[in-house]
Amino acid sequence: MKRREALKAGGSLALIAAAISAGVLPQAAFASWNKNAFDAKSVNDVVKAMGGSAVEKSGDITITAPDIAENGAVVPVAVSSKLANVESISILVEKNPNALAAQFDIPAGTEANVGTRVKMGQSSNVHAVVKAGGKYYVATKEVKVTLGGCGG
Amino acid sequence: MQRREFLNLLAIAAASGAALNSRDLLAATKPGKFYELPRFGNVHFLHMTDCHAQLKPIYFREPNVNLGFGGALNKAPHLVGEHLLREFGVRRGSREAHAFTYLDFEAAAKVYGKVGGFAHLATLVKQMKASRPGALLLDGGDTWQGSATALWSNGQDMVDACLELGVDVMTAHWEFTLGAKRVQEIVDKDFKGKVDFVAQNVKTTDFEDLVFKPYTLREMNGVPIAIIGQAFPYTPIANPRYFTPEWSFGIREEDLQKQIDEVRSKGAQVVVLLSHNGMDVDLKLASRVRGLDAILGGHTHDGVPGAIPVKNAGGTTLVTNAGSNGKFLGVLDFDVKGGKISDFRYKLLPVFSNLLASDKSMEALIAKIRAPHEAKLGEVLARTDAMLYRRGNFNGSFDQLILDALMDVKQAEIAFSPGFRWGTSLLSGQGITREHVMDQTATTYSYTTVSEMSGEMIKTVLEDVADNLFNPDPYYQQGGDMVRVGGLQYAINPLGTQGKRIAEMRLGDKPIEASKTYKVAGWAPVSEAARDAKTEPVWDVVETWLKSKKRITARKLNQPRILNTQGNRGMA
Repeated sequence: MKRREALKAGGSLALIAAAISAGVLPQAAFASWNKNAFDAKSVNDVVKAMGGSAVEKSGDITITAPDIAENGAVVPVAVSSKLANVESISILVEKNPNALAAQFDIPAGTEANVGTRVKMGQSSNVHAVVKAGGKYYVATKEVKVTLGGCGG
Repeated sequence: MQRREFLNLLAIAAASGAALNSRDLLAATKPGKFYELPRFGNVHFLHMTDCHAQLKPIYFREPNVNLGFGGALNKAPHLVGEHLLREFGVRRGSREAHAFTYLDFEAAAKVYGKVGGFAHLATLVKQMKASRPGALLLDGGDTWQGSATALWSNGQDMVDACLELGVDVMTAHWEFTLGAKRVQEIVDKDFKGKVDFVAQNVKTTDFEDLVFKPYTLREMNGVPIAIIGQAFPYTPIANPRYFTPEWSFGIREEDLQKQIDEVRSKGAQVVVLLSHNGMDVDLKLASRVRGLDAILGGHTHDGVPGAIPVKNAGGTTLVTNAGSNGKFLGVLDFDVKGGKISDFRYKLLPVFSNLLASDKSMEALIAKIRAPHEAKLGEVLARTDAMLYRRGNFNGSFDQLILDALMDVKQAEIAFSPGFRWGTSLLSGQGITREHVMDQTATTYSYTTVSEMSGEMIKTVLEDVADNLFNPDPYYQQGGDMVRVGGLQYAINPLGTQGKRIAEMRLGDKPIEASKTYKVAGWAPVSEAARDAKTEPVWDVVETWLKSKKRITARKLNQPRILNTQGNRGMA
């Protein structure tokens, strides 16, 4: 049996639901929700809402995302960082109506490596903003969303 | 050859104005040393790719427009005609010049005859395998799609032909349009223990588990070697995603580096990538990953006579592309001494059906495959006054024929036809058979669409495809040609940025209005909704039109005004 089938058979969804209702997932995640940041329309506004002023480009941040999205509704984006003292990682899709797609708090001592899926309506730069040692750093990758067809 | 035949050829050549001299004509009929390729070294790869299910010899005209910009400007594969001949030292008028370029196509095709065909390819493969003990035959994919019999047999005819041909290792692209289940059935049953189907860049969408073996390790004449597979990275985008909903593709450069490091650590002394990336993507990839000795590439159908050396942090990687339609067989020889490659030889051999005897057992297999369909395949639907072909960045006369048929039959003012690079060519005067129509249209999703599209949407479509072709970063290109357009005129600036390349859109003498709607016919839609609509397949539309015309006059090619091509050697 494959892993996927095993999980299906094991009722993984029920387990996750149980975990949520039992309060295993951190309530803090909801408490620290930064409404202003998620409502912001541009990359600069998001960084401002997060409390930063300047953003510095960094080669120590790696974004793993497709060059061309296979499905704009679920684009896998992962970010890892080699910067010291990472406090948070945010994923921004520049051309989305609300740029900030996800924000991860990184507790001290945790490996700075996160991944999620974001929705994209059109081709856009995807930015990873990393807060480390009180400063903000950014790396950028273009992800194309195309109509499809007409290939080869 | 009889003197009479030779004189006949002379007459044909003279009448058609071919730039051929009597020496070339004489050479046209004698195999001579054409296929004498002495063995070099001790590791040998035979490479075929993108045959698009053409079991029988065919004509195939290479493009006269294959533009490259930026880093690709005036370099292979973006060289056409004389420019290509000059770059690779091929003499105009020669047999090779006919194979590699569109120059004097019709006249030369009459002299040199058809190309490809599995029975002739089989003879060449056997000859090369005999002179190169241990040689492996690698198939770069786009093998199970492109003909009527492949479509009607769900790919089985090509699977059987490849087993007969002795394919050792394979990767894929259009194969996936038979559906994930069918591909796995062939890999697990027909190919089991015979053909290694490799793809390091196909993973499950949920846990990113590998779907196929990423590579195969072999030993050839005492040398450990590895062949890593790279399927077409944009399969679920360029083709309908519903065929492989649980698989994710992509270039996956980092994963590839890991696979290379892994096979090297297992002792492989020669590592090659069997790739369906397309040549521009392969050239970039070769500059970024370490440890590949060669990338044997396909997808973009570039018949490139030489291997292009690309420098990277680990050394040099050779990049090749072996054309399409069964027209070529690549032969790559490495000399490995003391665990290291000391030298190599590469030759892309054109498969001239008249020079290679037909392999009897392959011929029998093909006859058996075709027997039940022969009458249907051979029915002449109309006759063409002019040459019909497809390849070229913007349009081809067979594409124009499809566009004209769509607009006429569907009463549409505009038509779109995908920029596919497969499809055989016809000489003037030839009968257009049902088989020929299927050669241009046989996919598992060739539904015809008729829709009301706003001017704005039409522009979006053109911009989207233009970026797939002309994005300055090859990793954002999909390797097809520009969507063919009927009715609508436009201008294109390939150097423009995304969304800003298309201008001057007009229908007749009126500019296209963004908010106005237009009736647009097309085919090969990628959405599930279009599939579920179960509309008429495009080959029926074309057949209806051909039968109503009987005689097809020369098509007037609808080409855009192309800006910034001065001095570009990808255009003739």
